[in-house]
Amino acid sequence: MGSIALLGFGEGGWGLSIASGILVTVTLALATLPIGLLIGFFVALGKQAEEPSIRLAANMYTTIFRGLPELLTLFLVYFGAQIGIQKLGALLGFSGTIEINSFLAGMFAMGAVFSSYASEVFLSAFRAIPRGQYEGGYAIGLSYGQTMWKVVLPQLIRVALPGLSNLWMILLKDTALVSAIGLADILRQTGVAARVTKHAFLFYGTACLIYLVLAILSSFVINAIERRTTASGVRR
Amino acid sequence: MTESFLNARTTAVTRPPAPVKRWTKTRIIGHVLVAFWAALIIGLLLDLYSAWDIVLIQTYGPKYWQGLVTTLTLVFSSIIFGAILSIPVAYGRMTKNKIASAVAYAYVYFFRGTPLIAQVFLMYYGVSEFRSFLETIGLWWFFREAWYCGFLAFALNTAAYQAEILRGAIQSVPLGQWEGAASLGVSKFVTFRKVILPQALIVALRPYGNEVILMIKGSAIVALITVYDIMGYTKLAYSRTFDFQAYLWAAIIYLLLVEVLRHIWDWMERRITRHLIR
Repeated sequence: MGSIALLGFGEGGWGLSIASGILVTVTLALATLPIGLLIGFFVALGKQAEEPSIRLAANMYTTIFRGLPELLTLFLVYFGAQIGIQKLGALLGFSGTIEINSFLAGMFAMGAVFSSYASEVFLSAFRAIPRGQYEGGYAIGLSYGQTMWKVVLPQLIRVALPGLSNLWMILLKDTALVSAIGLADILRQTGVAARVTKHAFLFYGTACLIYLVLAILSSFVINAIERRTTASGVRR
Repeated sequence: MTESFLNARTTAVTRPPAPVKRWTKTRIIGHVLVAFWAALIIGLLLDLYSAWDIVLIQTYGPKYWQGLVTTLTLVFSSIIFGAILSIPVAYGRMTKNKIASAVAYAYVYFFRGTPLIAQVFLMYYGVSEFRSFLETIGLWWFFREAWYCGFLAFALNTAAYQAEILRGAIQSVPLGQWEGAASLGVSKFVTFRKVILPQALIVALRPYGNEVILMIKGSAIVALITVYDIMGYTKLAYSRTFDFQAYLWAAIIYLLLVEVLRHIWDWMERRITRHLIR
């Protein structure tokens, strides 16, 4: 059987299962992104708070999730949540095994890692915004939340975008780790195909090329977003 | 009279009271968050203490130590090999030669654009597809061992990242430095070694530190291709005992490793930028 037929969608071809793997990878990365951005933003706010206890809590968050290997974080979340919920269930009088959804576990683990890096990006972006922007907001009677939402955030996104797009690329690659907890992503599907057909190089090579294509596609999207945001901004 | 007047003044001075630290909303939230972290950490430590089983520690303690040694040798050997390999790649990225620059660009793009885990799988499972060919050219002993495959994949991967670090650092040195040395009649090689490189390495130090930390974290992947590093022994211990503390110990070891490295790097950076502090 030729390699084209093996990768195709016909009889004995693995195209369909690999395509479903692509869907899982992209969905996971897209589902993680908003969580990671939201938590990262609030952790960045916490890191520059005047209150020392908030700074301490935020710094502990980044120290832990940037210091642990992503694979270990994934296992900690996956097995830890399983044991934790099991114990909670036993406490409530529920017996029986509880399976944790590997997609959710992957989402939370990747979100934790992404947000701890994103908080650093947001923090340096916050430092690029002059104090006067806040003061101007307060001077025309906006509340803290309104100033943040209408004045600071639009400028913040423009400054943070290059760093965040870098993180998106890292996230896309890190999602490959979820194949270790059994989620049927690109690497898992190509791995199954490799084991069945004994054409490991072909299938793992294909997996690498798919990730490359995903990276190239996202760089197009990122460039489009960047053009939009710089066009709407002031010239500096 | 003046004296009594002065005395009266000094006694009359009352310092303003220290500002009252109010329990504002942010302060309460901060304390709650810190309390949450503290509870989590104390809880985990108590869990480790209550689950303390000397047999378990005696069985797996030395294994974790072996795993740590494996992780460190794997990471540092691949980083050194990658550093050597990164020099021609960085040169290719900066040269005007179209072919060399295209090859270097493709190399860097491939290794930075694909997941490390896929590269490791490609190197270990994929290359073994060509077993008979590798046996004929006498390289099978290398690709048979998971450790060597992991080492090669890591070295090739980090070479791509290090080439970019090196290129960025060299290009951050102003062109005037080259011109200044040239006007003194210093040869290009000596200029590079004595003028450009010392300045470039200061810029490169922090990214290099990040790369070392990323490699240590990334090295956990080799556990998936049956190499027994820290993560490998952790998985082994968990699969035999179903005791979650296996993962907690691994987390503690990795966190300590990364924090120690971070502090070493901070110290190095302070030391080699002493002359820049005004």
